[in-house]
Amino acid sequence: MTLTLRSGSKTYPDGTVALTPTDLHVKPGEIISLLGPPGCGKTTLLRLVAGLERPDKGSEIWFGEDNVTHLPVEKRKVGMVFQSYALFPNMSVRRNIGYGLKMQKLPVEEIDRRVAEVLALCQLEPYADRSVTALSGGQRQRVALARAFAPRPRILLLDEPLSALDAALRDRLRDELAGLLRTFGITAIFVTHDQDEAMAIADRVVVMSHGRIVQTGTPEELYRNPNSPFVASFVGQAMEIDGRIEGNRLVTPAGETLCLPRSGIGSTVFVRAEDVRITDDGPLSARVESVTFLGTHYRVGLAGIASRTIFALYAGKSAPAVASTVRITIDPATLMLLSAKDEMK
Amino acid sequence: MRISMARTLQIVVTILTCAFLLVPTLQSVLAGVTVNYFRGLSSGLTFQWISQVWDLYMDSIFLSIWLAITCLVCTLLIGVPAAYGLARRPGWASRVLEEFVSLPLAVPGLALALALLQLYGSMRGFRTSWTFILAGHVLYTLPFMIRSVLAVLSSMDLKTLEEGAASLGASPWQRFRDVVIPNAMPGILAGSLTVVTLSIGEFNLTWMLHTPYLKTLPVGLADSYASMRLEIASAYTLVFFIIIVPLLMAMQWASQRAQRIGK
Ligand SMILES: Nc1ncnc2c1ncn2[C@@H]1O[C@H](COP(=O)(O)OP(=O)(O)OP(=O)(O)O)[C@@H](O)[C@H]1O
Ligand SMILES: [Mg+2]
Repeated sequence: MTLTLRSGSKTYPDGTVALTPTDLHVKPGEIISLLGPPGCGKTTLLRLVAGLERPDKGSEIWFGEDNVTHLPVEKRKVGMVFQSYALFPNMSVRRNIGYGLKMQKLPVEEIDRRVAEVLALCQLEPYADRSVTALSGGQRQRVALARAFAPRPRILLLDEPLSALDAALRDRLRDELAGLLRTFGITAIFVTHDQDEAMAIADRVVVMSHGRIVQTGTPEELYRNPNSPFVASFVGQAMEIDGRIEGNRLVTPAGETLCLPRSGIGSTVFVRAEDVRITDDGPLSARVESVTFLGTHYRVGLAGIASRTIFALYAGKSAPAVASTVRITIDPATLMLLSAKDEMK
Repeated sequence: MRISMARTLQIVVTILTCAFLLVPTLQSVLAGVTVNYFRGLSSGLTFQWISQVWDLYMDSIFLSIWLAITCLVCTLLIGVPAAYGLARRPGWASRVLEEFVSLPLAVPGLALALALLQLYGSMRGFRTSWTFILAGHVLYTLPFMIRSVLAVLSSMDLKTLEEGAASLGASPWQRFRDVVIPNAMPGILAGSLTVVTLSIGEFNLTWMLHTPYLKTLPVGLADSYASMRLEIASAYTLVFFIIIVPLLMAMQWASQRAQRIGK
């Protein structure tokens, strides 16, 4: 099903503008991730789509050909996975998953059959008759997903489904969740403030800030072509190199010169850690501030290039010593020149 | 093994306290089954007093049970939705309302009864019917039901649970039936038993509201103390115990169960 949001906006009764008029289009079967810092309106947008929140006047929400703007949540046929899972403690795993089907008034055999199907798909068979209070966090998460998916909703909405889990489990379940969503082949919107999660699961990532969508694109597009300093630093932690821009060149605070790919007047220059290379004959010099071993590579903190510490990923066998001076090369093609004007709100 | 001083003291105090509570009770119970209390147990044991109590006060017993049941139904019908409403909309207005509903706890039963009499005393049909006493009992027991249910409802994430049910297609009524009621059950159970016990034992208010034809169990008890021979009054106490003790035990059991579920 296609989801279309036309100038969807939300002002809470206390006057908080959580979402300014926003347009969003989701293609059938597409998995979209809403990514942004806390309080930027991700949950609000999701709840508008679900029908759990009433949008401001002028907003329109379309599910395919149906205008569902004024339809209450129970009539929208959406599947919702809550951050806290909201499993019914008074029901077993099986009855939780069957609840949506029961609400559709399906015959009992049909319900049993489809619950069994979903239980198998989510590998929950061993726990089917347990109480949901006797499950681990990861199992609860899967029950929540199974429950939302069982009634075959038109769209699946997930609000930070992994954030209640501890870090190690989260990494494993992230891939599992991505796999399950692909198996379901369902249109889904997925809220997260973790960029790795967004990148791993989504076909397309929607980056939000202060109640607005700042950029939409595939994970690769966002990473390679961010349209604003905010997106660059939020997705993939790009770092700003400040200094004086003179046409095609940037003079760093230390007085060294860095070539730019084009005229940089009116822009801010950003670079990613993997593009900062420690070489013997680099044009820039920097002092090593910190070295962190990350297994496959070192993360080296460098002072002297910009006002703030610039990090470099270094893949050599042994890292340069702290406090030593190293030479740095940055390929001009990898620099991102972004206009700060987009940031204004 | 030597028992320490403190422990001995503890046991002695406990036994003394129990004795202080139990001896008069046992004496009273015994009095209810002795032929002649003043001649003591040597006069023999009998059930005649109990059967006399039954003959004289059967109506009171049935009225009390009937009142307790109808009172329970009323507090369930009013209290559970009220607690649900309060839990769904937390805020200062709800707090004020909750305190207001709890007022009958703080106001003496006599004052409550007086207010009822002033307000409805002139409505003869109502004044002389059992529903007048019922109104008093409902007023008095409602806060217990509301508080008990509210405590359970506030301890869970009701809003999200309901939103979960709604997203699965449940109408407001289905959500109330399938999610709210079952999860509030421990509170409803504990509240129900409190209400029944309080209603059966209530004296203050009932004594003010009753008419000669409408005596509840405790009012009858006072009546028998005042006007019957001691053995009958004691037998009455015995009957009262037989009715109230199982209730108290059930209440204990239910609240323990509720605590276990709450964990
Ligand atoms: N019920 C509400 N009443 C008033 N303001 C609200 C309400 N819910 C959210 N807000 C405000 O709206 C803004 C957006 O909130 P929202 O929950 O959508 O953020 P979010 O992006 O999901 O954040 P997080 O990552 O912390 O979950 C926030 O400033 C928040 O304080
Ligand atoms: Mg949120």
